[in-house]
Amino acid sequence: MANFFDLKARKAAASAGASSKGTQKADRSSLQPWVEKYRPKSLSEVTAQDHTISVLQRTMQASNLPHMLFYGPPGTGKTSTILALAKQLYGPELFRSRVLELNASDERGIAIVREKVKDFARQQLSNPPSGPAGVEYRKRYPCPPFKIIVLDEADSMTQDAQSALRRTMETYSKITRFCLVCNYVTRIIDPLASRCSKFRFKSLDHKNASQRLKDIAGTEGIRVGDGAVDALVKCSEGDLRRAITYLQSAARLVVPTKQAAKGEDEMDIDDAEGSQLVTVTIVEEIAGIIPGQTIESLLNAMRPMPKKQAYDSIATVVQDLISDGWSASQLLNQMYEKVLFDERIADIQKQTIAIVFSETDKRLVDGADEHLEVLDLALKVSECMA
Amino acid sequence: MSLLVDKHRPKDLTQLTYHYDLTKRLEALAQSPDFPHLLIYGPSGAGKKTRINCTLRALYGPSVSKIRIDSRQFVTSSNRKLDFTIASSNQHLEITPADVGPHDRVIVQDLLKEVAQTQSVDLSARHRFKVVVVNEAEYLSREAQAALRRTMEKYSGNVRMILVANSTANIIAPIRSRCLLVRVAAPTGEDVVGVLKEVGRKEGWKESGGLNERIAGECGRNLRRALLMFEAVYAQNETVTDTTPIPPPDWEAFIEQIAADIVAERSPQQIMVVRGKLYDLLVHCIPATQVIKSLAFRLIPKVAPELRPEVIKWAAFYEHRVKMGSKQIFHLEAFVTKVMRLIESHMMGIDIDF
Ligand SMILES: Nc1ncnc2c1ncn2[C@@H]1O[C@H](COP(=O)(O)OP(=O)(O)OP(=O)(O)O)[C@@H](O)[C@H]1O
Ligand SMILES: [Mg+2]
Repeated sequence: MANFFDLKARKAAASAGASSKGTQKADRSSLQPWVEKYRPKSLSEVTAQDHTISVLQRTMQASNLPHMLFYGPPGTGKTSTILALAKQLYGPELFRSRVLELNASDERGIAIVREKVKDFARQQLSNPPSGPAGVEYRKRYPCPPFKIIVLDEADSMTQDAQSALRRTMETYSKITRFCLVCNYVTRIIDPLASRCSKFRFKSLDHKNASQRLKDIAGTEGIRVGDGAVDALVKCSEGDLRRAITYLQSAARLVVPTKQAAKGEDEMDIDDAEGSQLVTVTIVEEIAGIIPGQTIESLLNAMRPMPKKQAYDSIATVVQDLISDGWSASQLLNQMYEKVLFDERIADIQKQTIAIVFSETDKRLVDGADEHLEVLDLALKVSECMA
Repeated sequence: MSLLVDKHRPKDLTQLTYHYDLTKRLEALAQSPDFPHLLIYGPSGAGKKTRINCTLRALYGPSVSKIRIDSRQFVTSSNRKLDFTIASSNQHLEITPADVGPHDRVIVQDLLKEVAQTQSVDLSARHRFKVVVVNEAEYLSREAQAALRRTMEKYSGNVRMILVANSTANIIAPIRSRCLLVRVAAPTGEDVVGVLKEVGRKEGWKESGGLNERIAGECGRNLRRALLMFEAVYAQNETVTDTTPIPPPDWEAFIEQIAADIVAERSPQQIMVVRGKLYDLLVHCIPATQVIKSLAFRLIPKVAPELRPEVIKWAAFYEHRVKMGSKQIFHLEAFVTKVMRLIESHMMGIDIDF
């Protein structure tokens, strides 16, 4: 711990770092996880949110922004969009002084939010550099006369803190715009939500997501096999961040890193051909998809059979599944798909089965023991099928 | 004298004896300059921790094993002081935020941001980022998890997280989306036998294939447990043969006793007897989940086949209650009562649906 938080050493390192800045800067992007490396830098780079983006682009030209509320599932571009928007509005010079980002990693009790927002709102409006440079700057960046406060992950703010925000929003509305970002719009209190223009971010559709992944694979020089991109998109359920993380991990498996680090021009042709394909199997393994065979063996064990054997056959398979560490929720998902489309099971039975799944899912989210829950579910569903 | 479990713990990825594919993946990740955030999950005793330590060595070299333990104080917004233990090397730190219960958010906010905003001091280090290992991540409160989100993105240049959990069920989707999920399956019986053989050889013990097989069968694919049994057998017996009995852990034997009690007599008096024993277990810090689970699985062979799904049904039901409620003993006792009634009505041939 001693030198971990040692300021002096840190400063020394920082200045040493500064002298070799040039080289480091270049390194930097190859050190970043791909999700950061490929974070959209401008609105036009945000894929699949056409409606939202076109509205935002129009508003930007008008240089007047309403308060905004972005909502949608993880990894669909909400944070990226607001950051890109702010960058395009203010440019690199003003970004820091005009944009305040508060997220769930900041203390956001009522008092603190008020205080921080007040301090920020009260600071004098920074301006672009004067003279011809400034004119030039303004041509590129509109620099409207207000500041932006981004409350990212706003659904984790308490109701009280949200109520307190109402007043604050009104008090400073002349010189600030708020952008609330969240996953669940229902967790934002009504009076706040109604003050904002709402923008919904959709789960990424298949076409756009796969295009983006193909682009990234292309840029990184990764060979992707038939169907692997489809598998990536499917396994990540419309969450592009997850898809990109999977792709990167898959890439690490097929391309020996030393070669990747060498850079393209040094890589001779032999090597490029030697690099393996990213396959569907690799993707599914990384994504934690349970092999079809395994699911099948559980379903077989659940088929109606004499009471005496039923328990043992199911319990053995479940024990193995749990020991193999498969996540219970993943198992539930895959089983649900299977059972629902199984034509040997009557609709009336499916109805009861659906209720069983619902109960188990809820309990798992409450933190109930996975082994007992999965076993209970399998036994109950088996009984429904009898 | 250290326990067998610690004494022969592999230190490098190359020494790991099972899940070779996984080892290869970790190796590849550790070699890459852009190591992702990881969420490592799997049942306990599967060897998650060992693998992580090996991966850290692959990332940073042997110096990462020089661990210091420090205690730091954090202050909550309501001015409560929290003492918190941190294990760290120059390149990484390891924390268990669940230690401070619902106040874990403060730790995540203060400590992690502090680390995340600190650039690595050592320029010669192999990686510029530090690794923060978070144990028992499934117990992180929602707030603490939310607090991790932007930190994981914004400071990804300076810090990588390795979250360790038994299951991913309680990890919120946005966090899962930020990590590479790595599943560590428990070793198979065969894997266990292999490890026992190797450890026995290192200790210079006379090998007994039959014993190894039996331990592998009884340990429930939990390597830690297997090694503890293994050590106990050799500690308690001069000569070990294929039939030397394996002493079960004390509390397991105790639960076996409770199961026998329940089946033997179903009466209010017996409930009182069992209650005393359940209290004993709780007082000795055996988690209620463990008690219910163990009890259920020990009841199974003792009851009629028709009743088995019912026993599991109520075990699952009351285990969930334990998690949601505040008094563990209520739910343990309710489970016991339920099982007694099940057995009773089954014997009397009444099929009461309750
Ligand atoms: N619409 C998109 N277009 C391009 N890239 C995207 C898009 N959505 C997500 N990504 C990729 O995923 C990463 C995460 O996106 P972002 O941080 O914007 O997600 P988010 O919607 O804020 O998610 P969360 O709800 O988890 O905070 C980005 O860095 C980018 O690589
Ligand atoms: Mg976000």
